[in-house]
Amino acid sequence: MYQYDAIDQRIVDERVAQFRDQTRRFLDGKLGEDEFRALRLRNGLYVQRHAPMLRVAIPYGLLSSTQLRMLAHIARKYDRGYGHFSTRQNIQYNWPKLEEVPDILADLATVQMHAIQTSGNCVRNITTDQFAGIAPDEIVDPLVWAEVLRQWSTFHPEFNFLPRKFKIAINGALEDRAATFVHDIGLYAVRDAQGETGFKVIVGGGLGRTPIVGHVIREFLPWQHFLTYMDAVLRVYNRYGRRDNLYKARIKILVKERTPAKFAAEVEAEWQHLKDGPGTLIREEIERIEGRFKRPAFVRLPEPDREYEQHLRADKAFARWVGRNVHGHRIAGYRAVTLSLKKTGIPPGDATDAQMDAIATLADDYSFGELRVTHEQNLVLPHVEERRLYALWQQLKPLGVATPNLGLITNMIACPGGDFCSLANAVSIPVAEAIQRKFDDLDYQHDIGDLDLNISGCMNSCGHHHVGHIGILGVDKGGEEWYQITIGGRQGEKAAIGKVIGPSFARQEVPEVIEQLIHVYLARRESEDERFVDVVQRLGLEPFKSRVYEKVH
Amino acid sequence: MKKFIKQGAESQDTWQVLQVTEGERAVVPEAGQWLVPLAVWREQRTQLLARSQALGVQLEPADDPATLAGDTGALAVVAVNFPSFTDGRGFSTARLLRERHGFKGELRAVGDVSRDQIFLLARCGFDAFLLREGEDAEGATAALKDFSEVYQAANDRGPLFDRRFDRCFDRHFARG
Repeated sequence: MYQYDAIDQRIVDERVAQFRDQTRRFLDGKLGEDEFRALRLRNGLYVQRHAPMLRVAIPYGLLSSTQLRMLAHIARKYDRGYGHFSTRQNIQYNWPKLEEVPDILADLATVQMHAIQTSGNCVRNITTDQFAGIAPDEIVDPLVWAEVLRQWSTFHPEFNFLPRKFKIAINGALEDRAATFVHDIGLYAVRDAQGETGFKVIVGGGLGRTPIVGHVIREFLPWQHFLTYMDAVLRVYNRYGRRDNLYKARIKILVKERTPAKFAAEVEAEWQHLKDGPGTLIREEIERIEGRFKRPAFVRLPEPDREYEQHLRADKAFARWVGRNVHGHRIAGYRAVTLSLKKTGIPPGDATDAQMDAIATLADDYSFGELRVTHEQNLVLPHVEERRLYALWQQLKPLGVATPNLGLITNMIACPGGDFCSLANAVSIPVAEAIQRKFDDLDYQHDIGDLDLNISGCMNSCGHHHVGHIGILGVDKGGEEWYQITIGGRQGEKAAIGKVIGPSFARQEVPEVIEQLIHVYLARRESEDERFVDVVQRLGLEPFKSRVYEKVH
Repeated sequence: MKKFIKQGAESQDTWQVLQVTEGERAVVPEAGQWLVPLAVWREQRTQLLARSQALGVQLEPADDPATLAGDTGALAVVAVNFPSFTDGRGFSTARLLRERHGFKGELRAVGDVSRDQIFLLARCGFDAFLLREGEDAEGATAALKDFSEVYQAANDRGPLFDRRFDRCFDRHFARG
């Protein structure tokens, strides 16, 4: 956890006062609907189907047990007893009262949290690898750099009214777990021959209406120039990004229209003016931020633990959970544990106040009071002793967060969809649930193996359907809900955009379509190691397409 | 009546904006202080520079401030128009004028300007604000102090880490 100092705290407190004043002026009728809209959106406050929706930032997905307890408190006091963890590692509340939002923000500020820039046409919450700082394949710990970016982007005076929202992700490991190729800016932390940190800079990726895989515009940006280079990219975008058409306003369109090479040259020219200027980072500041991260006091543990190994042999269900939901840690004897928020029948990513409180206690007992939120909408206890995994597992089960489905079909990503969101064309949660029910048999799920299934209720793609091995997109056809299916998408370094298999389907047909796709996969895979997405890549759309339209339509 | 704020206090606006009819040659009246559109400035630059009155140009969001690069010393005022407050191009325009083109005169934000952007505008180098109709001057001047500290380097200050480490603003330039 990055611990605020007095200045960080003051900035957040002053923001609460500013927003309280804006809300008061709106309620007094001194601020028009449209003006307040642009202001509240800068603070994560949307007006949705039933009530306002408040999105609270969880910077780079890092959360303390104290903060999680506060999130539970807010769910209980101001909402209906639950919150929804989103794909941007944030949490959303669906039922707050507009006039109470300033109080919610004041409560959040007491635990160093806020809703700053969680929406609006500005730099949004910075996201990163949920295993940042602990992953065995890590090259550079991205947390420090994510915090550098958080501070830089917070109320950046020049870039608060961009053509469109702006999302930055940073990854510091060999494997890209931050989806850097589908962000407005993706940063890949690397080291040069001397061991100095630098960043590969990727721009112009994104999902939404026009899904595009980003382009590398700089192979190695030395860390000192991190912020001046960001300023250069954002300035080119702020000045020349399209403002005439909402759907063409993201940076990806500018990069595409200019070509990546020309865009890169423009950034480079702008940067020549800013390089070595006041924004140039200094080592003392990086060390200061590093020092404000409270790092766990790991102990030396015997590995392997004999008792743990016995449990693995004796208890098949435990072994299955370990195989799916437990991950490596750079410190011997420790593991990271994913708590699945994807139990069948529960909207993906939802957690109740009681669950949050209980998980906070487990975080204290097992993980140095630290948690992570993943972009797949799960929670992680990042530092659990291997020898205590069995005990933890038994405590997770009654909470309903021990479903061993990580990477499997039922661990699907879904946006809140038409049940809550006023932008959606179609519902997401009931579709997710129908599919979960169809594939509820764990043995069957494990037999199918790795499969990312992502659902978005509209083109805004909050459910990242483009990069799902199977993607489902809600579309509107003459006022009715229909669903378009894509296959072959993937996230990570080999990010690819899924391809549409054909005409869309009625809602009740969707589970059957998924089942048929799975049948083709199971029949055609060469081994259990060949994943669904690999088979799609090898065979193309045709066998999947013909089977689905023969069986379902 | 629109309120005008200059250097942190309510003030009297002595400038007028020249209205130009399309297809007609713009005529800048002999008397008074006039803000002229960039096109008029480019077209009549020599005549305008010969005037005895102070000179001003108004830029629209798409206007390139580099066009004024050689003239910043001759201009008393540059106004940057915000037709809608969601159009943030003028923030970059201001920083470029100040930081790249050395403009030291009055830099004013006009158009859809309210207390809710004023703190950020000031950080980008604006020192005058012609508020939109209905905005009160007290609220806007108070908003200039919404935040007592900021993170980034901008036109007004260096980055927070300079102050945390007690360094001077010019360290990088001094280093050469």
